[in-house]
Amino acid sequence: MVGPITLLATAVVLPAAAAGVLRRLLRTSMVLSLPIGISALLVNLFFFPGGSEVLLRLGPVTATREGLELALQVLARILAISGAITLFYLTTRPAELVVDLERRGVSPRLAFVANASVQTVPAMVDRASAIIAAQRARGLDTEGSIAQRARGLVPIVGPVIMGSIAEVEQRTMALEARGFTRPGRRTLLWHPADSGAERVARWLLVLTVPALLVARSAGWLDLLG
Amino acid sequence: MLVLEAVSYRYAGAERPAIRQVSLTLDKGEVLGVVGPSEAGKTTLCLVASGLAPRAIRGAMDGRVLLDGADTTALPMHEMAARAGICFQHPQTQLSGICGTVFEEIAFGPMNLGLQRDDVVVRTWDALDVLGITALAERDPMQLSGGQMQLVAIGGLLALRPAHLILDEPTAQLDPGGTRLVGECLARLAAGGASILITEQKTDLLERICGRVVVLEKGGIVAAGPTDEVLAAAGLAAMGVAAPSRVRVRRALAGAGFGDGAIMDALH
Repeated sequence: MVGPITLLATAVVLPAAAAGVLRRLLRTSMVLSLPIGISALLVNLFFFPGGSEVLLRLGPVTATREGLELALQVLARILAISGAITLFYLTTRPAELVVDLERRGVSPRLAFVANASVQTVPAMVDRASAIIAAQRARGLDTEGSIAQRARGLVPIVGPVIMGSIAEVEQRTMALEARGFTRPGRRTLLWHPADSGAERVARWLLVLTVPALLVARSAGWLDLLG
Repeated sequence: MLVLEAVSYRYAGAERPAIRQVSLTLDKGEVLGVVGPSEAGKTTLCLVASGLAPRAIRGAMDGRVLLDGADTTALPMHEMAARAGICFQHPQTQLSGICGTVFEEIAFGPMNLGLQRDDVVVRTWDALDVLGITALAERDPMQLSGGQMQLVAIGGLLALRPAHLILDEPTAQLDPGGTRLVGECLARLAAGGASILITEQKTDLLERICGRVVVLEKGGIVAAGPTDEVLAAAGLAAMGVAAPSRVRVRRALAGAGFGDGAIMDALH
């Protein structure tokens, strides 16, 4: 448990605080890891095989001390993973990521798909709210009991998805008409700032991984324990 | 010069061809208007002229489309893009959707062509300048009005510096303000010597910018000639194409007995 928590503190919380996104990071990664975190906690706490020190009995299941330790360890790992992912998204602009990927040789089509999937979310939300308004104007019930709302979802989801698919043809034509299907590299107008310090930090991080692996297999530290 | 020689096009799965035996010529520096009721084949004509049909949309084509003497079926699409730019009705679906600023959106085409960075920048500023939208350069394209978005879409084409522009009802989805905005830009482009093939329901716009107009009905050309004559023809209204307001006012005045005199002269 010490390992993931050390990682969480040094690799996630400190950089997030330095970037000024700590509060948003905590909120987002909590929400992200809540469902899987709770289930992992319960499963490991109550179903750890062969625990000896009983903490609590609830009918057929027993919580043991060993189970609790494992549960907390798994939870700490989940938090470290979701925290790292959240930190990445909070501090990286999609446009910069895509330009940089393309600069490093990722195919323009792949970069386009990655970028478009992020950028079309607001457009989908707009489309959905327009369709909801249109369907309500024709008497669709979007309020009331959960069963009623679930029924109301069908005539909304259909048009949202069908509409997006119909748009794909027009978008494809527009892209082709603008030379997107040309083979070879595209011109890039700019690339994200990449200072020497950042480059050094990146390489240090990359080198840290084998260093930690060596240290652990040599028994010098028990970070993952 | 863009030449269509007896072109017919039938979409895959369709029973009848969308256009039949259409022949027309768009000379260098000419603005040619195409009018006709819905489903007359106007969009198909644009798609065929731009090379998108049959490349991007499946179907069978007869006849030939020649761009400056070269058969378009032999050219890859990205080479077509640099020769004949096409603009569609819907402003949103023509934007790449991945650019954070209008500048990047307009630079998207030249970037695809892999041009030198400086060249891309010059072309982009030129396109912004010609359309009078340099003030929008830093804006988010998705936050613009419909008319502004359409101008950005046209700007994206102009930056490719095609010899021909093909515009498929560029003001169809726009409000009167947006229509005026786009119309003024097209008039400026036309005056600057661009070769434009434009389909449009709004005949007032065509009257302003076109030298010649052809009328398309049920996939075939039924009339062609100088703009004034074609748009003033009596049969147009029956097809669902409204005559330009100048023509309608003249008719209304004539119907009310003001056939001669100063008012009529002023309208000619």
